[in-house]
Amino acid sequence: LIIFPPERSNLAGVRHILLVLSGKGGVGKSTISTELALSLRHSGKKVGILDVDLCGPSIPRMFRVQNSDVHQCDSGWVPVFVDQDKSISLMSIGFLLEKPDDAVVWRGPKKNALIKQFVGDVAWGDLDFLIVDTPPGTSDEHISTVEALRPYRPLGAILVTTPQAVAVGDVRRELTFCKKTGLKVLGIVENMSGFVCPHCSECTNIFSKGGGEELAKHAGVPFLGCVPLDPQLSQSLEDGRDFIQEFPKSSAFPALAHIAQQILDATSQRSS
Amino acid sequence: AEAAELRERLRLVKHTVLVLSGKGGVGKSTFSALLAHGLAADETKQVALLDIDLCGPSIPKMMGLEGEQVHQSGSGWSPVYVEENLGVMSVGFLLSSPDDAVIWRGPKKNGLIKQFLRDVDWGEIDYLIVDTPPGTSDEHLSIVQYLGAAYVDGAVIITTPQEVSLQDVRKEINFCHKVKLPIIGVVENMSGFICPKCKNESQIFPPTTGGAEKMCQNLNVSLLGKVPLDPQIAKSCDNGQSFLSEAPESPATSSYRSIIQRIQEYCDQHHFQEEKII
Repeated sequence: LIIFPPERSNLAGVRHILLVLSGKGGVGKSTISTELALSLRHSGKKVGILDVDLCGPSIPRMFRVQNSDVHQCDSGWVPVFVDQDKSISLMSIGFLLEKPDDAVVWRGPKKNALIKQFVGDVAWGDLDFLIVDTPPGTSDEHISTVEALRPYRPLGAILVTTPQAVAVGDVRRELTFCKKTGLKVLGIVENMSGFVCPHCSECTNIFSKGGGEELAKHAGVPFLGCVPLDPQLSQSLEDGRDFIQEFPKSSAFPALAHIAQQILDATSQRSS
Repeated sequence: AEAAELRERLRLVKHTVLVLSGKGGVGKSTFSALLAHGLAADETKQVALLDIDLCGPSIPKMMGLEGEQVHQSGSGWSPVYVEENLGVMSVGFLLSSPDDAVIWRGPKKNGLIKQFLRDVDWGEIDYLIVDTPPGTSDEHLSIVQYLGAAYVDGAVIITTPQEVSLQDVRKEINFCHKVKLPIIGVVENMSGFICPKCKNESQIFPPTTGGAEKMCQNLNVSLLGKVPLDPQIAKSCDNGQSFLSEAPESPATSSYRSIIQRIQEYCDQHHFQEEKII
């Protein structure tokens, strides 16, 4: 096993690494990863997304590149570029499957091996941000990813939750995971926080309200904001569109833009 | 000897239903809890709800059993009872604080899942419902393997209408085929939302590729039903109450009840084999 010192590795040109975590599934980790990448791109940054959800890789489709292939170069795998600008690049097991419906039915050790490769063998080049999208839980993928990233000193983690207690209960455990692994928590996002009816503007708290904010207060970590349920956002992700560019008047836009701004603020603090 | 112990426990189980999904957050635990309540409404039936989501155990909260602990006796671990005929087991009962995280790799998770089946003194059960975490990994392979000695009626697969869920659920369906697990059918959750004020419907999670209906047609599996969004569902789960009892008039309740009935009918058509030749 050859271990390259960080300066010579494929991650040498990556300025900031941040993980998007949640104990809970289906709260919007991939959505937030995608929207954060799009927002950062619109601020002029070069962004990569590493999707380490091996069983349910959602990222390729969210950028409409699900049919792309991955090629090799001298330093490893070439990430998939989302467009001609090459301002967003992706790596996901989704690109390596022969058929999109193929299930990755692997036990831990095999998953760990691929994750090590994903962290070390993707030729990202120069990036301002590498966002690591994760599956739900606190298991093999998370342990392996954090271990493999440790030499590169990640900026930290964003934790995503929905408002209700059942979700917050799992995110508390994820906070423990971060504490135990020495991963800084950049903040908590409360997603799917309220739905404004497009017909009559009545707001209904379909998945309750406030749990994410309360958790942030209780745990002493920053609260990055509430993102409402927005059918335009869901539709945009389904179609692999640039929500940040195409839907600036959408109800979720201000919150998503604000999250990106806080991340940018966090990086300028780190540099100074 | 371990295998024999496992076999002995599983011989007492008449029907087993696994609740699966490739995707997280679609309502597996919600559905498992309601299925358990629904089946246990018949007091002559003994129901067991086993939660094998070790990283994110939601079942204790949903069943109003947060803070309960597991007791050991000569005959094994006691399940925690919600009703006389409804017992529950989850790693949640083994953790002392809500902040305790189960940060385990696969092999350790597999070990606990085996213990849940071998060491828990369920007694004779009519229905064993197994709630699973999202994915197709250690927990799923292990539960199918360890349940080998039991009669498994099949899997109920939960999804939401949008393609980002369906693309994971198709993988789960493939997983079931791979491990020869029969599929009882698919439930489409969060299927539309009716505004309580103006009564207009919104598709918050739009079925851009035809939803579960089209997927089930294409893959030749049964669509058991569609359940709309209702804010009372999240509330009931958070309060540990049965949504079916809290909101009997909700359209979501009628959907759930009809799905539960279809599952019951499916199980009734299959008979438990007393002797399984291994």
